[in-house]
Amino acid sequence: MTSDLDALEAQSIFILREAFNRIDKIAMLWSIGKDSNVMLWLARKAFFGHVPFPVIHVDTSYKIPEMIEFRERYAREWNLPLIIGGNKAALAEGMSPDRGRVTCCSALKTEPLKEVIREHGFTGIIAGIRRDEEGTRAKERVFSPRNAAAEWDFKDQPPEFWDQFKTDFAPGTHLRIHPLLHWGELDVWRYIERENIPMVDLYFAKNGRRYRSLGCAPCTGTVESNATTVAEIIEELRTTKTSERSGRAQDKESEDAFERLRQQGYM
Amino acid sequence: MNAVLRPLKIVIVGHVDHGKSTLVGRLLHETGSLPDGKVENLRAVCDKRGMPFEWAFVMDALQAERDQGITIDTSQIPFKTALRPYVIIDAPGHKEFLKNMVTGAASAEAAVLVIDALEGVQEQSRRHGYLLHLLGLRQLAVVVNKMDAVAFSQERFDAVSAEIRAYLGEIGVSPTHIIPIAARHGDNMVSRSERTPWYQGPTVVQALDAFQPAAEATALPLRFPVQDIYKFDHRRIVAGRIESGRLKVGDRLLFSPSGKTARVASIESWNAPAQSVAVAGQSVGVTLDEQIFIERGQIASLLEQPPMGSDLFRARLFWLGRTPLTEGRRYKLKLATAEHIVAVEKVERVIDVTDLATAESRSVERNAVAEVLLRAAGPVALDPFTDNPRTGRFVLVDQYDIVGGGVISMDGLPDSRCAPSVVGQDLTAVQHKVTPQSRAAANRHRGGVIWLTGLSGAGKSSISMEVERRLFHRGFQVFTLDGDNIRQGLNSDLGFGPEDRAENIRRIGEVANLFVQAGMVVITSFISPYRADRDRARAANPTSFHEVWVKAGVEECKRRDPKGLYAKAVAGTIPDFTGISAPYEEPLHPELVLDTEKLSLEETVDRLIRYIERDMQREPGVDLESRPDASI
Ligand SMILES: Nc1nc2c(ncn2[C@@H]2O[C@H](COP(=O)(O)OP(=O)(O)OP(=O)(O)O)[C@@H](O)[C@H]2O)c(=O)[nH]1
Ligand SMILES: [Mg+2]
Repeated sequence: MTSDLDALEAQSIFILREAFNRIDKIAMLWSIGKDSNVMLWLARKAFFGHVPFPVIHVDTSYKIPEMIEFRERYAREWNLPLIIGGNKAALAEGMSPDRGRVTCCSALKTEPLKEVIREHGFTGIIAGIRRDEEGTRAKERVFSPRNAAAEWDFKDQPPEFWDQFKTDFAPGTHLRIHPLLHWGELDVWRYIERENIPMVDLYFAKNGRRYRSLGCAPCTGTVESNATTVAEIIEELRTTKTSERSGRAQDKESEDAFERLRQQGYM
Repeated sequence: MNAVLRPLKIVIVGHVDHGKSTLVGRLLHETGSLPDGKVENLRAVCDKRGMPFEWAFVMDALQAERDQGITIDTSQIPFKTALRPYVIIDAPGHKEFLKNMVTGAASAEAAVLVIDALEGVQEQSRRHGYLLHLLGLRQLAVVVNKMDAVAFSQERFDAVSAEIRAYLGEIGVSPTHIIPIAARHGDNMVSRSERTPWYQGPTVVQALDAFQPAAEATALPLRFPVQDIYKFDHRRIVAGRIESGRLKVGDRLLFSPSGKTARVASIESWNAPAQSVAVAGQSVGVTLDEQIFIERGQIASLLEQPPMGSDLFRARLFWLGRTPLTEGRRYKLKLATAEHIVAVEKVERVIDVTDLATAESRSVERNAVAEVLLRAAGPVALDPFTDNPRTGRFVLVDQYDIVGGGVISMDGLPDSRCAPSVVGQDLTAVQHKVTPQSRAAANRHRGGVIWLTGLSGAGKSSISMEVERRLFHRGFQVFTLDGDNIRQGLNSDLGFGPEDRAENIRRIGEVANLFVQAGMVVITSFISPYRADRDRARAANPTSFHEVWVKAGVEECKRRDPKGLYAKAVAGTIPDFTGISAPYEEPLHPELVLDTEKLSLEETVDRLIRYIERDMQREPGVDLESRPDASI
């Protein structure tokens, strides 16, 4: 193996191939953010240019317009089998972050995701979370079971070692598969640079600010930055001491806000 | 692009509450690895709970963990020293969460064992030390924590050091360093503490920097387990990760245990430069020059260095299941990408990790370590763990859950290398013009193998020679193949190790089969201790094979000891002696059991002759040629 990125890539490909082989009905979440773009890229590496499962985008309607443009363009260019989920009922009756950020997140992201899973009968959902993002994600498994209500039993997770993943599970339950769990934010950008992976413009600084993490417009803030290229972002990340999700409001409502969200089936 | 070192993975282990998470939190803080605001945020969290500041909360992110002051699940966090990047894996110390400890520890390249200076070495200190060793981890530093609570006493430090050094010494581990620290206060973490003037060794950070990254598996023989076969386009791609060794275009691969072979025609990739060589750690896809049928689970190797193929193997395992592992039970085994159903043939010994005592038991409780014999329905491609860890370890699955992990040893078992099935593929059997039916008609009985098995001294030779004599006088075409006679001739090149025993039996099985084809009754009289070997002999001619267990216990055979062999074996002058220093696997479904402890020689001979006559002699007055199936 030549580099640390090669090692990260090889491990992710191994995970994606395990998921594809062991799980009947599988789909990948595509948030349009940097991690899921990298994950999609890794899928094309794993399957030699093909994406052999549906790609789900849960549209909250509060996404930043550039993200939707990006989604449309690359879904076409890369020939992605795209499923778009959304909670129309909740939106119709006025769901917004004003009702509480966690309430909104679970109504507009977790619920429609569960709906897509139910409707299509998916038994495996590939999600691009990373351990270094946040404390509960640091405790995640690569193959992480969710019960029939899509809940995460984080107090009793299965053992996982020697790259032997939990691939047996009861009917009605499903697995979350996390091929990027072992990556760091800096790794992601270095890989984007190496592979020349297209990214939404929002990550690059305009007028001294840029997005470091992409979510919904009302709940995701920009950070101060002059990084206008991938190389500059990498330079910036080598020295920064602010955390990646510092621009994310839903994590901060209370000490355990994010834990509760994730326990209920959020990514 | 800057070359970036791969992070070294370190796991922090030890008994509950000895300060593992505190050590990690403090280490991240001391090395400036925490994001801005993290300490303030945790201070607020602790204030709100009305408790003193707790460094462990950096890692213990779950509410339940903070409420109970205990780590439930393992977590991983990156950090850097001036030398290199690390991933620190914090493991829980409570016995209840051993599965999570294993989850964290199994991927580490080195470990830090934390021991509370006040409490000293406790049950999980030992268990974790033992499991690290079992998992194959060889680099371990010890920290004696909470030195502030023992007034930084050198005497106490020396006592704890001596205790853990003694335990680790017994399992063959010698710690790289033993460091006195107070994690909560930062003593000897990144700089030498003034409170331990008597200590001259490295700090925690220096001890970490002294660890070596795990060696690449590239130097080992090629092991390329098939993960999947893709046919997304015109290519048929065999996908998988190279676990060890290297492969290149043009190499002839042997797929085990199927024995099929084909050459690597290309190494495929997407958005990457074309490769002609691939090495350990890479997830690759290859195309083959021949469209052979292979499936997930086969392990590809080079022809010269295949894995072993065995349906019986020994393992040292740790059990995580809620219900005990028990003899006779079946589990799903996952080894690399292969899955097999295995039965627990025997629990050989259960190891008490606290004092390393071993006990006999037919079951293994949760969180215990044991040595077991496992049997699969067919050959499993594997390597002994010491030869190749990545294909020498497995997990067991019960229902939906992973319930244990084990490392393989083939000590005392036949080493049957997986061999290419191409050997002999150009041979075609020539048809005889004399049919088995004609032979049976002429002999007035059909041919068959009477396969006697049993311990040395059980009575096989006495029975076989007497039966041969009496059948001969009744007009049977009969011959006895006896152990010592065959070993002086046909098998004079073979010894008594497991492989040679297997080969000995294989040849006898083949020779016996020739006798059967010649229409004769052949009595074989060999210990033939391994079930797999006897099954192979049966497979050569399933309809004419009769397994006869000449049964007598070891104690009785020792007492009889007609050739004085048991005395020598017990004295140690004969190695690998069945029943003493090598196993005897009792037949599961023999056609006939002759219990020589209960029956006299006369009675056993009578029984066997009756059995043979009933099975093989023609019925009076029936013309064998005229029977349509001739299957009397
Ligand atoms: N006096 C003293 N207390 C310490 C020190 N290090 C840790 N502690 C305390 O020991 C208690 C347990 O520490 P943790 O870090 O949670 O222990 P742990 O080993 O991670 O525990 P588990 O993960 O639950 O097994 C906490 O209250 C710490 O503050 C130390 O150096 N001195
Ligand atoms: Mg802890």
